Amino acid sequence: MDFLLEIIMTPAVLACIKIAVIILLFAMPLGTVLTLMERKWSAMIQDRVGPNRANIGKFTGHGLLHLAADGLKSIFKEDTIPKGANGFLYLIAPFFGLIAAVATFAIIPIAGPIGDFTFQVTDVNPGLLFIFAITSLNVYGAVLAGTSSNSKFALLGGTRASAQMISYEVFMGLALMGIFMVYGTTRVSGIVNGQNEYWFGDLVPMWGIFTQPLGFILFFTALVAETKRAPFDAPEGESEIVAGYFLEYSGMRWSAFMLAEYVSLVGVAALMTTLFFGGYHVPWLHLWESAPQWLVTVLQILKFTFFTVVFCWFQIQLRWTVPKFRFDQTMGLGWKKLLPLSLVNIIVTALVILTLA
Amino acid sequence: MMELKVKRVERVDGVKEAIFLPAIFNGLRLTVKHFWRNLFGARDVVTINYPEEKRHVSPRWRGRHRLTRLDNGFLSCVACYMCETVCPSKCIHIEAGEHPDLSVEKYPVVFDIDELRCVFCGLCVEACPKDAIRMDTGVVSMAYTSRQTFDFTRDLLRDNYDPKVHSNPKYEDQDLPKPDNQSEALPHSQGIPAA
Ligand code: SF4
Ligand code: SF4
Repeated sequence: MDFLLEIIMTPAVLACIKIAVIILLFAMPLGTVLTLMERKWSAMIQDRVGPNRANIGKFTGHGLLHLAADGLKSIFKEDTIPKGANGFLYLIAPFFGLIAAVATFAIIPIAGPIGDFTFQVTDVNPGLLFIFAITSLNVYGAVLAGTSSNSKFALLGGTRASAQMISYEVFMGLALMGIFMVYGTTRVSGIVNGQNEYWFGDLVPMWGIFTQPLGFILFFTALVAETKRAPFDAPEGESEIVAGYFLEYSGMRWSAFMLAEYVSLVGVAALMTTLFFGGYHVPWLHLWESAPQWLVTVLQILKFTFFTVVFCWFQIQLRWTVPKFRFDQTMGLGWKKLLPLSLVNIIVTALVILTLA
Repeated sequence: MMELKVKRVERVDGVKEAIFLPAIFNGLRLTVKHFWRNLFGARDVVTINYPEEKRHVSPRWRGRHRLTRLDNGFLSCVACYMCETVCPSKCIHIEAGEHPDLSVEKYPVVFDIDELRCVFCGLCVEACPKDAIRMDTGVVSMAYTSRQTFDFTRDLLRDNYDPKVHSNPKYEDQDLPKPDNQSEALPHSQGIPAA
């Protein structure tokens, strides 16, 4: 027994267990459920009912069985490769996006540390710079799929995706500079702990949304653009280029693109929670000093999950509210408005920090 | 030369439009309102869950035809060809016949309507002097798997006839045999009283 515990407690094994738990119990299930929830919620927004027909006998579970039905369907669908496609790139492209989406969760803490044990796969020093690196990888999925499909629509989608990524990547980094300055670190744990401070005695928690409201809007916009969802879904552009870069895919590979989109949606939500809504810290919990450790951890996990789900919901709500930007408008918005704004944000933040210091 | 009429749309410029946020906020207010109203009790949902729920159909709505019957269960139709003549799409085909029993008037031995050609104009109903053909079955959708199934024969068109209620030997006499493949596929109208 002790021997087993020793093996489990080695850092490498522990990290593997954490990866498995966070991905298999948090990111993937949430992403999968969101594929259904997006359809359900959009139906509610539009006064419809949404999917509710898949059934086993009389049981439909309010459409929950559609998840199983979709999965089964895509497994048994033919995996087509278009004529003239670059076979190898075409086959691996879907997984770039998925891996990049999943990798986001590596640095996100879902609860506070207990002793030496952290609820975070790894707390790397560069912290958020890792996120930037990973989200840039995300575009490879779209670009490879676009170029290898031997389809003009797919190529257009891939081109649009890369152009959009590059321009939004620029100010995504700049938008977060404010956060780095306020909390004085790029480490995720440092930023999360920095948000556990309070203003005016114990009145207002120093959450990112209060210290960096403009940074919040800018970063959120950039992330929405990175996930290629409406209003920035020009790379998919259903109305002009059919489905953009993953037009030629079918079956499980197509599902991989779909899943990547939803997992990165969860990733965005988790990131926003971590950076701007105090991460796992439950506000004002420090006032209750005799709180048992297990209860604190449970509350932290609940708080983190709650905010993540709310942010997932918000992104979906946004998608069904805001009309799509034309591609030139997307670019114009990025370069002409958001980039200068994020520079202004950095300067103002710097000035405020200097005056307060 | 005619002057082109172009409708010029006033573009609203200004800071409020340029920063998008007020417009997005307004939009969100609307969609979130609908979302919450429907999340708890589906209060605005307009969907009709079709096979379980059916849309209300007005009695005047022109649906599939039916041939009405007399009290003794016999078809009211006297095979006068009025409907066949008036039909704009020429989809009614009638063959008249005489019954050995002289108390029975001329009657249609064959009365076919090709429902695929029918444009549901209702002229046949208006033309009929005997009120023998009506379109009030309330059958909204006819969806079958072969073209042939849409050729409605006389016996498919006539009202449901229950021999226990109207036991009329005359009627049984001229019953054309029902085609087996259609009898299952074509549901008769429910809940409409026999003529
Ligand atoms: S409804 Fe019009 S088209 Fe149809 S059978 Fe009657 S007359 Fe002909
Ligand atoms: S249905 Fe009416 S109009 Fe047509 S043949 Fe019979 S009696 Fe004449």
